[in-house]
Parts: sequence; structure tokens; C-alpha cells
Amino acid sequence: MGFELDRVGLVHANGQAQGQRALRAVSIVAARGERLAIIGPSGAGKTTLLRILATSIRPTEGRVSVLGAHPWQLGAGELRRLRSRIGFIHQAPPIPPRQRAITAVIAGRLGQWPWWKSALSLLYPADIAGPRDQLARLDLADRLFDRCDRLSGGQLQRVGVARVLYQRPDLLLADEPVSAMDPALADLAVSQLHSEAQSRGVTLVASLHAVDIALRWFPRVIGLKAGEIVFDLPPAQVSDSVLRDLYASETALPSQDSEPFHPHVEHAQEAAGAARASVAPPRVI
Amino acid sequence: MPPALQPPLRDPDALRRTGWALGALLVLWPLLLIAEFNPADLFDARNLAVMGGFLGQFLPPNLSGDFLALVLKATIETLAMATAGIALAMLLAVPLGLALTHSLSVSRIGPGPDQGLGEFLRVLARFALLILRGVPELVWALLLVRAFGLGPAAGVLAIALTYGGMLGKVYSEILESGDTRPARVLLESGGGRLMAFFYGLLPGAGQELASYTIYRWECAVRASVIMGFVGAGGLGQLMDQSMKMLNGGEVSTILIVFLLLVLLADAISVFLRRLLA
Repeated sequence: MGFELDRVGLVHANGQAQGQRALRAVSIVAARGERLAIIGPSGAGKTTLLRILATSIRPTEGRVSVLGAHPWQLGAGELRRLRSRIGFIHQAPPIPPRQRAITAVIAGRLGQWPWWKSALSLLYPADIAGPRDQLARLDLADRLFDRCDRLSGGQLQRVGVARVLYQRPDLLLADEPVSAMDPALADLAVSQLHSEAQSRGVTLVASLHAVDIALRWFPRVIGLKAGEIVFDLPPAQVSDSVLRDLYASETALPSQDSEPFHPHVEHAQEAAGAARASVAPPRVI
Repeated sequence: MPPALQPPLRDPDALRRTGWALGALLVLWPLLLIAEFNPADLFDARNLAVMGGFLGQFLPPNLSGDFLALVLKATIETLAMATAGIALAMLLAVPLGLALTHSLSVSRIGPGPDQGLGEFLRVLARFALLILRGVPELVWALLLVRAFGLGPAAGVLAIALTYGGMLGKVYSEILESGDTRPARVLLESGGGRLMAFFYGLLPGAGQELASYTIYRWECAVRASVIMGFVGAGGLGQLMDQSMKMLNGGEVSTILIVFLLLVLLADAISVFLRRLLA
């Protein structure tokens, strides 16, 4: 009842990336309650992989099965019900700046509530305790009625996490969920995702730039590079050399006019060692 | 990075941009000639005298009590016609505009099932809006006066039809031009189209939608005046009578009322934008 990807591939059909291959022959089987971290360099296809699991893009090759269903064989109504059971934490929280935190969190249940309940909640929230409890888990309960444009990047990211926790999904996908948080808050947020996964048997998949968080928290770590799976290991077996290979840049070949340093090695060490290096908070547009 | 992958040190778009700018000039010039637009005519001494004489008839404005009472009644009628017309127009425009908005389409995600049906309905909605706004409100009014007889009812419906078409088209364009990610994400987690609009798009687009609607209301006030000329009542009908009797003072009083109404619309717009900010 987790998910199953069978030789999934994606070639962009239109837009700027037309013809570019984002994923190649990705096969992953995850059971209910399993917790996976996906790591890899920028542009490796981590977000694409998560969006395929979220049924927001249809792969061009291979088979997808999510929560026991084949999403692209479902009718419109069934697909919508399936999607309401999948939670997706976005790196840049998709929350309008003029919305209050409570409304942003309540929006997590739009797929489950009848439309009139959602509509009335715009006038007066149908549930106040629920959103407050989820924000409290992330140490943000005091901002319940604040507008989201008053929040910092890290606070907004926590509102985005609270929305998905409030949704109570059966499959929890997280794309760089803690990139704008300081180390202590990042740990808090990841621990909450884990307790949610463990207490309710939720399958959790998170892409992470912070390799140390991935190794510390997740029983299973998948390395993705140039759209392909490089390794699928328990964290104890993810050695420094495995990480160096993962983050080694393919395009940075040692140049002819030999520079005194090796850019690809340096890049890899930086990524593996200090991957926690603070990332600028995402800008809200 | 190998040299082959380095972008050139010259803006590759420059040539294309210059081409478009020159092309636009080439198209505009003959259009000005066809429209017989010659600014010098405006400042010709003889023409200035004729225009001055025409404007002179408007002074002083007629401010007698009897006439002001008539103007007040006609103003209320005009405001009622414009407001009712815009309200009905919104009833048409909101569903059609939402149907037209790509970022509120569930079937485009994936793409999923029923994508063909969704596209077909969008084409239908686009076509309906095109017909509604393609026919000038004056023509709608002339047609509807035959059904409803002389009076404001025909004007109200004429405004509702034409302005419904305009509002629907612009609503969907406003919704597309903002940040559409919040709505898309809500659809991706199983939310409905209408709630994705309320929770995802309205907070960002509310100000813009409100001020465009108020601007269209202002236009509807002016349009209802023109329709008064074909017998739809209100300030237009009053102005038509004054013009036919060559009573410039009365016309200028009515024009002053127009200016005040536009000022009022502006004030409402500013107030609403501040309220929604």
C-alpha cells in the first residue's frame, strides 16, 4: 500500500525543456510506513520523481502504482480522491502572501471537505483547534491568525508543512521541506514528519540537500544522479566515497590548461560535508 | 565548462527585438494615414473659433432647482442601470471566466482523464464570451428595446451581455497573470476548481479583480448614457432632449454630473483596493 515505480522514465514533452530526459528507468518499491530520503545534486530529477509520485505529472515510460492504485487508469473522480490522500510539501510554500496562516493550513483539507464547508471556512474557520495543533507541533502556534506575508521564509515553510500534516495524507512527499529553516527547526520539522509517518503508518519520501539529515533520520537513502538511481542503501552503508561519486560533477572535466585545483572533488566535499550550509529562504512571489 | 558550452557575450535576442519594433512602426504609419489623423487640423485658427463657439454655448451650466431635480432622478436611474447591469454581467462573467482559466483546470494536470472534454468546454466558453462582447452594447440595446420597450430594462440587459463578455475575458487573464502555483497545488491535492480559486487565486488577484470591475462599472455609467440616446432612460435620455433643444447650459450640467460620477468610481476603487490590501 506504499507505492511502486517500475522502470519509470520521463522525457519532457513541451516547454523549454522539450526533449530533455529527466528520469531514466527508475524502479523503487516502498511498503506502507517506509521512510525514504532521496539525495543527489541539483537537477538530478528529485523533484520530478516526487511529482510523479504525487500524480502531478504522468511519466512517459514505465508503470506507477500509488497507494494500491494505478493513477493514470482512474476516472476523474477516483483520481481526485487518490490525490486527496497524497500530501506534498513544496520547497517554496505555495501559499498566497495575503492569506492567513490558519486559512493556509485549512486548505490542506479542501480535497476531503465538502465544498460548502470549505466555502464557509473562508468566512469563519470550520476548525480552529486542528490547524493550531499542527502549527504547535512546529512551534508556530502563536502565528495562527497572522497573515503569511508577515512570516519569515522559515516560518512560511513551517506553515506549508503544517498544512500537509493537517491534510493527514497516507503518502507524504516532501521536496526540500526544511531548506529555509535553521538546523534546530529543521530537526524539529523532520522529527514531526517521522512521528507522523510512524504513528499513522504513512509512507514518507523526502528529497534533501542536507545529507546529514538524510543519514541521521531515514532508514533508507536513495541516491539520484542525472535522472538515474545510483544507490539505494541503508544510511550505514552510505560511505564518503559513495557520496563523492554522487556529487562529483560530470561536466567539470579537468581542463587542458590544468588549473591548480580539482573543481569536481572540491564540489563533492562541499556537498557531502557541509551540505547543511544555509540555503537562502525561498522568495515568495 | 568547455568553451563550446559558454553562452556568447552578445544578447541573442537583440536582433529579434529590433525587428519587432521596426515592424510595429511600419504597420502603425499607414494606419494613421487611413484614419486621416492630422494633428495640425486641431490648431487651425478657423477650427479653433468654431470649437470655441460650440463650447461657449455650454456656459453657464443650468443650475435651476427644477432642472437639478430632473438631473438627480436621471442620475439615480443611470446609476441603477449601470449597477444592475454590472451585477448581472458578473453572474455571466464569473463562471465563464473561471471555466476559461487554464490554471484551474484539473484535467491538465498529468494530463489526466477528460482532457479533451475540458479543452472543448474551454473553447465553448471562449466562444460565448467572444459573441457577448463582440456585439456592441448599443446594438444589444437596439435589439432589446424591441423586446422590453423603451426604458432602462433594455439598457440593463445590454450592459449585462456586453460587459459580461468583457469581464469574463479579463477575469481569466488576471487570474492567469498572477502566481498560479497555489491553485495548482490545491488541485493536485484533490481540491475542487471553485475552492482552488477561492483559496489559491483570490487572495492574490482580489485587488486586481475588484478594481477592474469598478472600472467597468464606470464604463457602464458612460455606456448607459449612450443607450439613453436610443431610449433606455437615465441621464442619456435627458442629455438627448437637451441637445435636441440646443440647450447648452443643461448639457454642461449633465457633463459635470458625469465627471462627479467618474470621481466617485475612482474613490470607490481606491477604497476597495485599500480594503483588500
